[in-house]
Amino acid sequence: MYNAKIVIPVLLVFLGLLTYPLWSPKGSHQHETHRTLAQPKGEQCVESARWMRANHMQLLENWRHSVVRDQQRTYVATDGKHYDKSLTNTCLGCHGPAEHFCDECHGYTSVKPYCWTCHLDEPPAAGSENPHSPAMELSKAMEAQDAR
Amino acid sequence: MQDDRRTFLKTLGLGSLVSLGGFAFLQRLGGPSQALASGAHLAKADPNVKRWGMVIDMSLCKEGCNDCVTVCHSRHNVPDHGNKKDEIKWIWKAPYQNVFTEKNHSYTQEGLLEKPFLTLCNHCDNPPCVRVCPTQATFKRGDGIVQMDFHRCIGCRFCMAGCPYGSRSFNWRDPRENIQEIDPHFPTRERGVVEKCNFCAERIDRGQMPHCVETCKEGVLTFGNLNDPNSEVRQVLKEKKTIQRKPALGTQPSVFYVI
Repeated sequence: MYNAKIVIPVLLVFLGLLTYPLWSPKGSHQHETHRTLAQPKGEQCVESARWMRANHMQLLENWRHSVVRDQQRTYVATDGKHYDKSLTNTCLGCHGPAEHFCDECHGYTSVKPYCWTCHLDEPPAAGSENPHSPAMELSKAMEAQDAR
Repeated sequence: MQDDRRTFLKTLGLGSLVSLGGFAFLQRLGGPSQALASGAHLAKADPNVKRWGMVIDMSLCKEGCNDCVTVCHSRHNVPDHGNKKDEIKWIWKAPYQNVFTEKNHSYTQEGLLEKPFLTLCNHCDNPPCVRVCPTQATFKRGDGIVQMDFHRCIGCRFCMAGCPYGSRSFNWRDPRENIQEIDPHFPTRERGVVEKCNFCAERIDRGQMPHCVETCKEGVLTFGNLNDPNSEVRQVLKEKKTIQRKPALGTQPSVFYVI
């Protein structure tokens, strides 16, 4: 072999650089593959956590279609419990705000769902008026209008 | 072939017989015996099937009162951009002469032409907006509500061109900029979608009245099942003389007016 004294060390250095991400503790980013998600407030999710991790996108797609187009607003879970099909109220009621739960993984995997351009990324504050009860006080709404 | 008068008449007769027979045959196969726009749909009404409609009694509506508009817009997060071009409206007031364009003449009752009339999406039986929507983002529910699926809207605005009542508004800007106070129980819209009154579908599905009907203290608005002859709305329709907006277009509005 010609110029073995030069070629072999350079080759070794090159191989070292090439495999750097594999052996370097800094390059492997082991610690970043586990996201720390906010602990949900409720005791149990509509389905098991394992199932939700894999299928929450299909579930939500299904919910949005059935609510808007088929007027089916109640979800019957596998365990027979009934839930209101609502992203902001039901999901974020336990997992909200989205910033500490949804965005954590979506940001890491560079998934960009555009839920929050319309849906609110925080559940209504506890004790805030029930959506199904009569309208918020008219006086309040009138004040808002006068202020405009 | 001999082209005499006798053969010509015979052939003509045979030809017309075949074509007339053909029409009759097609009709037997289930062709439209009556145009949809002429109200064929309502004639077959089943009282157990919901068909929502509304009567607006303008003789009871107080001038200067905007309670229904305010509540609707604040509960549905309708922004107020403060200019006509960007305006979003679900329910609003417009002068009689603009609402009933074909019903005004130079000698109309004094003050009527300028009188503000309440107007909203008519939830037509034969909605042109649904027909023109290329993505089926606007569709007709089984109970007659013309509903928007904002997830599907691509903002082409065909529906706005199709609607003869101007009931649709386009979000030229991000609506969140100009919502006084976002109601957390209803989503907002985003820039680039069309929106309109949904007859409070979210409340109707839970067995409640629309916000505007519930709010009105004067009893201007009556809402109910048009298919049920005993419903409140049908009683009002039976007792009072009501008109629809632009009935000649054949859209069959579900909103009726008492002048």
